[in-house]
Amino acid sequence: MRRNVVLAGVGGQGLLSIAAVLGEAARAEGLHLKQAEVHGMAQRGGVVESHIRYADAPVHSDLIREGTADLILSLEPMEALRYMHFLSEGGAIITSDAPVENIGNYPELGEIFEELRQLPHVAIIEADRLAREAGSPRCANMVMLGAGSGRLGLSEASLRAGIEAIFSGKPNEIIEMNLRGFGLGLKAAAEALGS
Amino acid sequence: MSIRLLLGDEALAQGAIDAGLSGAYAYPGTPSTEITQYVIDSDAARSGRIHARWTANEKTSLEAALGMSFAGKRVMASMKHVGLNVAADVFMNAVIAGAHGGLIVNVADDPSMHSSQNEQDSRMYADMALVPCIEPADQQEAYAAPAHAFELSERLRTPVLIRLVTRLAHSRATVVVGETTSPNEMSLPEDERRFILLPAIARGSYAALVERQPEFLAESARSPLNAFEDGDDPSIGIIACGIGVNYVREIFSEGCPHPFLKIGQYPLPESLFTPILDRCERILVVEDGYPIVERALRGFPVRLTPTVIGRLSGHLPRTGELSPQAIADALGIERLPALTESETPAGRPPSLCPGCPHADTCQVITDVVRNAAGGNGRIFSDIGCYTLGALPPFNAIDTCVEMGASITMARGAADAGLHPAVSLIGDSTFTHSGMTGLLDCVNDGSNVTIVIVDNSTTAMTGGQPSAAENRLVSICQGLGVEPAHIRVVAAMAHKHEENVAILKEEVDHPGTSVVIAQRECIQTARRKAKSKIAGGST
Repeated sequence: MRRNVVLAGVGGQGLLSIAAVLGEAARAEGLHLKQAEVHGMAQRGGVVESHIRYADAPVHSDLIREGTADLILSLEPMEALRYMHFLSEGGAIITSDAPVENIGNYPELGEIFEELRQLPHVAIIEADRLAREAGSPRCANMVMLGAGSGRLGLSEASLRAGIEAIFSGKPNEIIEMNLRGFGLGLKAAAEALGS
Repeated sequence: MSIRLLLGDEALAQGAIDAGLSGAYAYPGTPSTEITQYVIDSDAARSGRIHARWTANEKTSLEAALGMSFAGKRVMASMKHVGLNVAADVFMNAVIAGAHGGLIVNVADDPSMHSSQNEQDSRMYADMALVPCIEPADQQEAYAAPAHAFELSERLRTPVLIRLVTRLAHSRATVVVGETTSPNEMSLPEDERRFILLPAIARGSYAALVERQPEFLAESARSPLNAFEDGDDPSIGIIACGIGVNYVREIFSEGCPHPFLKIGQYPLPESLFTPILDRCERILVVEDGYPIVERALRGFPVRLTPTVIGRLSGHLPRTGELSPQAIADALGIERLPALTESETPAGRPPSLCPGCPHADTCQVITDVVRNAAGGNGRIFSDIGCYTLGALPPFNAIDTCVEMGASITMARGAADAGLHPAVSLIGDSTFTHSGMTGLLDCVNDGSNVTIVIVDNSTTAMTGGQPSAAENRLVSICQGLGVEPAHIRVVAAMAHKHEENVAILKEEVDHPGTSVVIAQRECIQTARRKAKSKIAGGST
């Protein structure tokens, strides 16, 4: 078992929380893990990416090699395209449909979706709508984790336990909301990818 | 023994705690910040067993560490690569005095300049200082490095540099955490006079340091961090340093077929290279940072057999961080089928947070300097979040070179006749390296206006406390700025007109003036509020 996952998004979207849940879940399943994060200047509303690799054998490189990512999980549609060349044959892009247009030259959104849809395995998730349905737009990151969960090779139980672990210390309703968001994302992606 | 999920920085910190650490000093700087943050947050520091503190700058951190080493305890100072420039004076001289209690200098380099203004390689500092350098390849080695470095430091009586790079510092992995060692009791060195670097003493100490180099080389030859593995295919041999080791192992997941030399401890003895040089026709050197090993092997004139390739030869990119793909390309391994990089995504640079107080101050400064005096004024800025004022829509700064240069460059430009010469510097950067420059301005009566943006924190690195602690006015007064020309304003949009008027008055004042623009960083304020109300993202 071996997975290479590129997490993509914009600083402030809660990408490192997804990385933390994945790390927790992979560790709980006794897997080897490496997870390269972005800290510092790049977090201020700029591009944020994280390479997460886990396997039942030692993982060497902290970075994913081009053409070997099993999944690009993106919190933002344009950011999903930025890492396309990392995708392996058979790899999937699962992305939120909500653009973060904090730059003047943001491309035409329709063209981004069109380019995404040309790829064989793509799910575009209404993450914000589902997050609101779960209780708050702030859990859009966990909606997207749920959406990606079918391709992560980790059990749903360990991912849910991971969410509980990283939000431990927060009020119960926050944990419940994030778990609800996770469930809604999972369902939406299963329908979109037909898996 | 337990298995934990740790950043490279955190693994190093945990390793130091477990190796009997008594003190940790640092000025925050990406990608080194999490080393000291982890120690500060540890039970050992909270209970008072370890004295862990943020300091005014890297020089004061390493000096404090040297003092604790003098008193016999195990201690470390941590910094980013350019921080070692600030601490270079104490670093280059501490090596002459030597260590007593184990003394580690942790330096996190930033190839690709993710959050830095250059990509200098700290292994060169270790080489210049004639001290051992340990370069962990992964998080587990980062965990083990402090115990090894403390032992070396005490036995060889020398500071030891541990070099990390961003990818290791900021990558999380499962780490096996082991037993803990008790800290040293306080003790003074038997030969205390070696800490008096009068020429008569320093000459002897330097000569002794040079004489001990064969000992340091022998340590490297014995170190398990340096290891040669033979391979069946000598058409090319691979030498990999630090994190480069992982990329090579990744490419050859079934085992490397080529002779392979892993490097993790310096200085490098020639004997280490003999087997691979004798056996291979070509050698690829993989090192993240400067081509130091490659240059040593190529020599001058360039050595003909074996052919050494790497960053100097152009087989690997000369600048930027390495990647598994770059190494596969250098080895001539066919690329995996992959999609072409999309041309659609636009660049998305970082930006000031919505509601940032610096945004309001940038607006004030541009209104006064850009739109007045014929637009001839310049804004000399510094290192911090406000550097992002360089980008649209602000375009509010003209320079950013290194910590503190805003004030002194403004002064020099003013001396040349430039007016207005305005400096824009943060509160933490001001106490780090700006105060001495301000003293120069005061003493010379320089015609500069220094805007200190005081957000009461070290924001860019995650909100560490600011050393000024709301004493900026008294610090400026103490340095001799006329009280009438120390103006405190609130960095608020609705005060814009008032602030423009005040800044204009001070720009028009023919002498040194300081405008302190105050408002707490909104991230810090939000974090304080958030500790009460839990949210969905962390």
